[in-house]
Amino acid sequence: MKITLAHGSGGLQTSELINNVFANRFSNPILNQMEDSAVVEGAARIAVTTDSFVVNPLIFKGGDIGRLAICGTVNDLLMRGSIPRYITCGFILEEGLDSKLLETVVSSMADTAEEAGVVIVAGDTKVINGEGGMYINTAGVGFADEKVNCASANCKTGDVIIVSGNMGDHHAAILSNRMQIENNIQSDCAPLVEMVKNMLEENIDIHAMRDITRGGLATVLNELADASGCMMEISEELIPVAKDVKSFSKILGLDPLYMGNEGKLTAIVNAEHADRALEIIKGSRYGQNAAIIGRVTEGKGVIVNTHLGGRRGVGVLMGEGLPRIC
Amino acid sequence: MTDIKDIIDYLKNYNGENISIMEVCGTHTAAISENGIADIISDKIKLVSGPGCPVCVTASAYIDRLIELAVAENTCVVTFGDMIRVRGSKKSLRDISAEGGNVVMVYSPLDIINLAEKNRDITYVFAAVGFETTTPVYALLLKEAEEKGIENIRLLTALKTMPQAIEQVYYAGKCIDGFIAPGHVSVITGSDAFIPIAKKLSVPFAVAGFTGEELLAAIYALVKSRGKGIVINMYKSAVTDKGNDAAKNMVDKYFMPCDAAWRGMGIIKNSGLILKPGYAHFDAGSKDLTEDIMFNKGCSCGEVVSGLKSPAECALYGNICTPSSPQGACMVSTEGACYHYYTNRRK
Repeated sequence: MKITLAHGSGGLQTSELINNVFANRFSNPILNQMEDSAVVEGAARIAVTTDSFVVNPLIFKGGDIGRLAICGTVNDLLMRGSIPRYITCGFILEEGLDSKLLETVVSSMADTAEEAGVVIVAGDTKVINGEGGMYINTAGVGFADEKVNCASANCKTGDVIIVSGNMGDHHAAILSNRMQIENNIQSDCAPLVEMVKNMLEENIDIHAMRDITRGGLATVLNELADASGCMMEISEELIPVAKDVKSFSKILGLDPLYMGNEGKLTAIVNAEHADRALEIIKGSRYGQNAAIIGRVTEGKGVIVNTHLGGRRGVGVLMGEGLPRIC
Repeated sequence: MTDIKDIIDYLKNYNGENISIMEVCGTHTAAISENGIADIISDKIKLVSGPGCPVCVTASAYIDRLIELAVAENTCVVTFGDMIRVRGSKKSLRDISAEGGNVVMVYSPLDIINLAEKNRDITYVFAAVGFETTTPVYALLLKEAEEKGIENIRLLTALKTMPQAIEQVYYAGKCIDGFIAPGHVSVITGSDAFIPIAKKLSVPFAVAGFTGEELLAAIYALVKSRGKGIVINMYKSAVTDKGNDAAKNMVDKYFMPCDAAWRGMGIIKNSGLILKPGYAHFDAGSKDLTEDIMFNKGCSCGEVVSGLKSPAECALYGNICTPSSPQGACMVSTEGACYHYYTNRRK
């Protein structure tokens, strides 16, 4: 079946679509009430975020737009040291979309939400003219403990910079798909709940956390350096990049430092806690390739120590980058 | 001495006469900056960036023509990413795209085939800039268009060839004691292509690869060969003496030499390629695009690509000209000298 404008009319076809595609997959006591809004339990401090997903193609090696839409919002909530609890989702479907494809995406969202421990409490669907595309917006709420203060401006000289795994996988997977290049590169699209939760439970003194999405590690570290008024000094040799991504990016002239990920974070951690933090991340799902890559020092911007003993500055991503990566 | 540690030691502690080495190719400029090489070697060895960034040496008239095409009826300009942000005399392709012009970014010129096959009533114009390395791909594109009978593809060419520009740069005044010859260009032309100019100028040329180690080895070889008009091929895994005949033949089939306008450097005789008369139906009006008006009159792009000024010596560098507000092409392109000096804090 193809999605038509009638599925967005608000009438019979809309409720059929909701019942057949969304309701059974997203079923939970809050959503099942089918009210105009969800009323949920709260906390004294909450984190709130929203993100829209326009990735092309809709399904790629290692993930799909549905998994991405959950992971993106869940990871954004985690980065402030909050535990994600509720998610809402808005679908904009283009006429001509195959309903089987939609079902695959919705199932994947439900599975990922379950994995991440979040409940999908509200949703909406609209249909527009187009060529069978799909866009998803998710918004999320996380509960933040009073004693956690994880923010971009909190990095301090002497802190240790950790990344949770290999750089550039998602970017390389999407680009391979678009360029029809056969390889085994998979997107790293994943919810990072376990590693963050475990660090928070052990009271690791995390000063800042960011997920390393569009713009890559270089851009994220520059933003942290700017916000905190310090320098991020990292070593080229310590930055983890998978062998096939390294060769792929070399051929295309891309720098993994600027390539996007969808399941990687950088944590700026009190030096005394750094080894334990690394152990925790490495012991968590999606964290086995984590590494300490450098330190926060006095100064401005980001400096990379090269493997030959040189130093180079690294700025934020300039230019067009790769459009519609997430 | 072949060990990289020994080479680094030698270059770090070099205390002989001052020596200037030009890396001609933009990809070498990028690799030198990314490996922090200027930081490793002695201050007595000065590395100077040359004219080998295709976007940086494109005259404003060419970009103005692309902009005209982007707003022409049923026409779409197809380009590599770098070109989108370069301003002509007034605007860039990005500006015109935001105003509703038709501009598409691709990674390979061959992507235009799919576009053109899908939308037969739109004329796709590829912004065909580049050196000896890229021209064969445009030739392949034309071959495929001919074979498939695709009639809605055009090229707007600003294709350039290296040796004549290197000669002009050498005579422009700065004393260059050695050239790191462009690696990718040499894959096509062969290293022998640089023998006549090396002999004529009595200056060594080292054909180098793109790793930090390969570049350090090339710099070392050039320091050691100072004053000798020789070509040293240090990139034998990819570059032969004679080059790639198949690629050269493809280029000869479709293109012929012409005088070319280089941004800030003027017209250099026989330093370009243009479609042969038999293939003129593929041309989107590439002739006589020589006017070269700097968007910002203070821009020193011409001196920078000629090695006459280092980026930091341009009055605009780092204050009003940065990668987020580039005034000239050298600050836009990821192969541009200013872009790399700025983002990598190269000295």
